Amino acid sequence: MFLYIIRRISYAVPILIGVSLFTFFLFYLTSTPEQMARRNLSAKNPSRSQIHQWIAEHGYDKPRGQQFATYMKSLFLFDFGKSDTTNEPIGDRLRAGIWPSLQIQLLVFTGGVITDVFFAVYFAYYRGTYIDSWGRFVCVMMMSITYIVYIIGGQYVFGKLLQLSPIAGYHSGVESWRFALLPMVVGILSGFGASTRLYRTFILEEINQDYVRTARAKGVSEKSVLFRHVLKNAAIPILTSVVISIPFLITGSLLLESFFGIPGIGSITVEAIFGQDFATVRATAFLFTILYIVGAIMTDISYALADPRIRLE
Amino acid sequence: MNIISNLIPVLIVVAMVAVIVRARREPLWAEAYRRLGRNVGAMVALVVMILYGSVAVLDSIGWSTHKNDQRKTIIDRMFSGLPPERTYSAPMARFTTGEPHTHRLAHKHLLGTDAIGNDVLYETLRGCRTALIIGCLTQLIVTPIALFFGMLAGYFGKRVDDTIQYVYTVLDSIPYILLLIVLLMVMGRGILQICVALGVTTWVSLCRLVRGETLKHRDRDYVRAARALGLSHGRIMIRHILPNLLPIVIITATLGISANILAETILSYLQIGVPPDIGSWGNMIDAARLELAREPIIWWSLASASTAVFVFVLAVNIFGDALRDSVDPRLRS
Repeated sequence: MFLYIIRRISYAVPILIGVSLFTFFLFYLTSTPEQMARRNLSAKNPSRSQIHQWIAEHGYDKPRGQQFATYMKSLFLFDFGKSDTTNEPIGDRLRAGIWPSLQIQLLVFTGGVITDVFFAVYFAYYRGTYIDSWGRFVCVMMMSITYIVYIIGGQYVFGKLLQLSPIAGYHSGVESWRFALLPMVVGILSGFGASTRLYRTFILEEINQDYVRTARAKGVSEKSVLFRHVLKNAAIPILTSVVISIPFLITGSLLLESFFGIPGIGSITVEAIFGQDFATVRATAFLFTILYIVGAIMTDISYALADPRIRLE
Repeated sequence: MNIISNLIPVLIVVAMVAVIVRARREPLWAEAYRRLGRNVGAMVALVVMILYGSVAVLDSIGWSTHKNDQRKTIIDRMFSGLPPERTYSAPMARFTTGEPHTHRLAHKHLLGTDAIGNDVLYETLRGCRTALIIGCLTQLIVTPIALFFGMLAGYFGKRVDDTIQYVYTVLDSIPYILLLIVLLMVMGRGILQICVALGVTTWVSLCRLVRGETLKHRDRDYVRAARALGLSHGRIMIRHILPNLLPIVIITATLGISANILAETILSYLQIGVPPDIGSWGNMIDAARLELAREPIIWWSLASASTAVFVFVLAVNIFGDALRDSVDPRLRS
């Protein structure tokens, strides 16, 4: 198990380098260092020397290969350097942003998985009835609504009509739960249709297996069959698709945070892209990739936990 | 440039009809059609899709009557009797709303008017063409690329497989919104650019699927028999493995159309969507987003654009599901 994790982490290194290389050169295509210097220097008409000084300060004057090498070295040591626009240390900003992000994404993630699995089992229990077919139809309908409409609708219903939560914004401390409520509901609802439908098919695939028939023949109640026998076996495909959805969680955080004005990593990233803050985007892309890889490793570990037949070697 | 982007919707529709007619000759698809024809929901969805497609085609055929006139499409001509009003007005209202002194409207508007007085129904219909291009053209770009790389990786394995897997894992590790924004910043705004950018971000999942399916087929008896007969790798892949992959690829590609249409609205929110002079549902929703805080609220623009998206995407989803069920009854959900 331990060796397996070590090996997986070593696989991750080339991927991290690949992602960094990709973002590094892609951003050179969006703007040259001189353009960035002009944007970020406070003087209206910066002189040549000022521009050169800015470029030298941010290390954009060295050869590209050397730049990339120093940048990779510092990223792997989690030393993110200074922002191109505000000159603040990026590490501090990210550290401040990680808690709001984590709070909301954990809520969306756990809340989402619990509701999705619950309804999937519920529809599977009533398979072949009107509850099931209408449930499936509602799922398809919910899949067909855009994210933006969920956000606007949520803001209107929760913020304006019911006055349950603020429309946008964030406040740290105990107050934060009021601000996290709406993004959480929107995050869960927008993912509900697709996942519930998928999990339902996983459960139904198991429901016609021989061991289920045996359990029923022995007189095990339908509820016990579903939760004790079927759900355990359907857990593997469900786990896979839950982890496959982690990148979408990141995407969701980019959108949710920038829409609700939550100062998390997602909104820092979106701001940085539009502000052409090259250094910050490199740092967050690196972080997101790590998150993605950690997610993939965690799936494999959870396979082994869910299914005794699978051994990690 | 303009001519090309106007030909695209026509080409898409023609290509789809051609594919559907051609597929009838294959026994598998002929049987699938028969099953599909009995599915009422799928037929309703198909009619809805045809309606959207024909609006898109009508909005692509245009001409100018005078030498110096702007080119007008058939949809433009149908609405030429409804010139822009001053500002907002509710559906079927007689007066404008949202200005200190209300004015009488020159015409009645079925779905009201937007901030600069354009008819909302007209704007909504103009969005069809954009949605069709972004939905279908992206899939037409993505599918061949994904098929090519997926089959190469699955068939040859080893080095080839490792390289292709590495490339798509790297692409997949970057959150797709981030990648989309950067790609669109590099290429500039425009419908075709959006299609290419969406293609770059979405080919990975299809490629992964094709690779897995090819792996399954690679060691089947029919492929071994073909190899024993001395057929070249290319011939085995194209003539023997590809036909077996097509059903699942076509179904996934169909369902991908709806994801692309939904993505377009998100891009508009991020201010990197379709340019504002081209009608698009995403831009309509984004513009209407700010008006919900007003009193009385201006809901009609938001409602009609999001209903248009909803109905189109729902139809594509229902049709795609029905297609899956009819091609492979074992997959029936």
